[in-house]
Amino acid sequence: MRIFDPHIHMTSRTTADYRAMRAAGVAAVVEPAFWLGQPRTSPDSFADYFDGLLGWEPFRASQYGISHHCTIALNPKEANDPRCVPVLELLPRYLVKDRVVAVGEIGFDSATPEEEHAFAVQLQLAVEHELPAMVHTPHRDKAGGTDRSIAVIRESGIDPGMVVLDHLNEMTVRSAADAGCWMGFSIYPDTKMDPDRMVRILQQYGTERMLVNSAADWGHSDPLLTRATGEAMLAAGFDADDVDRVLWRNPVEFYGQSGRLELEGVDAPAGEAEPGPPPGSYAGNSLLRGGG
Amino acid sequence: MTTPAAPRREPDLPHHPAHGDVVAPPEETAALREALHRVLDPQLTERLATDLAEAADPAALLRRFPAAGRRYGRGLLPGAPDGWRVEDAVRTLLLLRLPPDETAAVAERVYREGDAAERRGVLRALPHLPVGPAGVELVRDALRANDPRLVEAAVGPYAARHLDQPAWRQAVLKCLFIEVPLRAVAGLADRRDAELAALAEGLAAERRAAGRTVPADLALIAPG
Repeated sequence: MRIFDPHIHMTSRTTADYRAMRAAGVAAVVEPAFWLGQPRTSPDSFADYFDGLLGWEPFRASQYGISHHCTIALNPKEANDPRCVPVLELLPRYLVKDRVVAVGEIGFDSATPEEEHAFAVQLQLAVEHELPAMVHTPHRDKAGGTDRSIAVIRESGIDPGMVVLDHLNEMTVRSAADAGCWMGFSIYPDTKMDPDRMVRILQQYGTERMLVNSAADWGHSDPLLTRATGEAMLAAGFDADDVDRVLWRNPVEFYGQSGRLELEGVDAPAGEAEPGPPPGSYAGNSLLRGGG
Repeated sequence: MTTPAAPRREPDLPHHPAHGDVVAPPEETAALREALHRVLDPQLTERLATDLAEAADPAALLRRFPAAGRRYGRGLLPGAPDGWRVEDAVRTLLLLRLPPDETAAVAERVYREGDAAERRGVLRALPHLPVGPAGVELVRDALRANDPRLVEAAVGPYAARHLDQPAWRQAVLKCLFIEVPLRAVAGLADRRDAELAALAEGLAAERRAAGRTVPADLALIAPG
C-alpha cells in the first residue's frame, strides 16, 4: 500500500514516527503551516517556522525515504492576533518556493471578521500564485463554518477544484461535494473521523475528490491511521485500486495542481517494488541531531 | 506569469570593478556556463537568456532565484565540479548578473530567505562572485547546519580562501562527523595541519572506544 498523507504536522512528531510511517507505506506527506499550540508573538517566529518547513523538516523526512512538502499561510486562530497579521506581507516570498504546494491552513476558527479578512486575502494569494488552497473547517459550529467558508471561496473566484475543505464529517461532506471542492477527512483516534466512519462515507459518496489524512500533530493523534483506513476499505470490499486512488492518486492529483510535487524515487505503482525504508540511514547513526 | 520582451541572446557578463576579489579563475566560471548550455534544450536556453537579462534588476532576481530548480532542473550537471546541480549553476549565473556593488547584499538576502536548495546555490556561487570576504558569515552559518547538503557546499574553494584556520579545521571535522566525503573539502592538502590531525585522531579514538567504525576518509587528513 503506497500512502500519501496530505495533512500531517511532522514538526511535532518524532523520528520513530517517520520510521513507522515509512514501514506502513507512507512515502509522501504535506505539512500545512498551523497553530503551534503556544501562540506566536511576531511575524519573525512565523518566518523561522516557515523556514523549518522548507529546510530542516524535508531533510529529516528524506532520511526515512519520505518526500516532504508543505503549505504556507497565516492560520485562522492567529489571524485574530494583531501582532501576527503582518505575516501576510511575508507570504509572497514563501509562496514561490519549491515544495510549497498550497496556501493553507486558512479558513475559520471562531468566525470573526479578522479571520474572514485573512481568509479572503490568502485565497487571492492562492489565485495569484496558481496554487491550491487548503481550508480548515472549524471545530465548533462546523456545519455553519463550512457553509460560510464555501461562501467566501465562491466570492473569491478561485476554482473550487483548487480548494480542499478539510476536517469534514458526516454533517459537512454534502455541502463540500456540492460546492465542487475536494473533500478532506482527518482520521483521529477519538475525535473527528475514524476509519470505519470514513469507509461509510466513501461507500456513500464514492472515491472521487476524496482525501484521507491523519492530521497528526502535538495532540492525541496517530500518523498510521491512513494505513488503518486503507485496511478498513479493503475489509469492507473496496479493491486495492480504490485504496490506491484515495491514499495516493487523489492527493497527487490535488496537490499536483501546484506543479511543485517532488515524488521522484517514491512513486512506484502500488504493488511493485515498494521501496524499502532506509531508516535513519544517512549517517548510519543518530548523530545528525548533535553534530554541530 | 508574463515575460516581457527581452534580448534573446545571453548578455555578456558585467565587468567587475574592485568590489572584492573573485576566488575562482574566470575559466572556471566560463566552464559552468558551457556545462549548462550543453544540458539545456533550445527552449530552456532561450528562457535562461531572458531570465539572465532580467536578473540585473535585483527585484527580478528575487523572483527567479527560488524557482531555478523547477524551471531548469535539479539533476547533477556533467562538466561542473563534483556535486554541482543544474539549479546551482543557474543560480550562480543569476547572481553574476547583479551590479557588483550589490552582489554581496543580494547574495546574503537570498541565502537568508532561501530554502535549503537556494542556500546551497549561494554557497556554490560564492567563489565565482565579486564579494571578497563578505560571504564568510554565510559559510559560517551553513557550517552550523546539520544538513549535509549545506555543509558540503560550504567547504568549497570560497572557504579554503576565506575561512580562518580554527574554523576551517572545525569544518573538516564536522564533515567527518556527519559523513560528508572529504573530497568536497577544497584545499585539504594545502591547509591540513598537525592540529587537524590531532582533532581527527580524537574522533577516531572515540569511535573505536564505542565499538563503531572509524571514517575511512580520516586517512586524508594525516599531514602528507
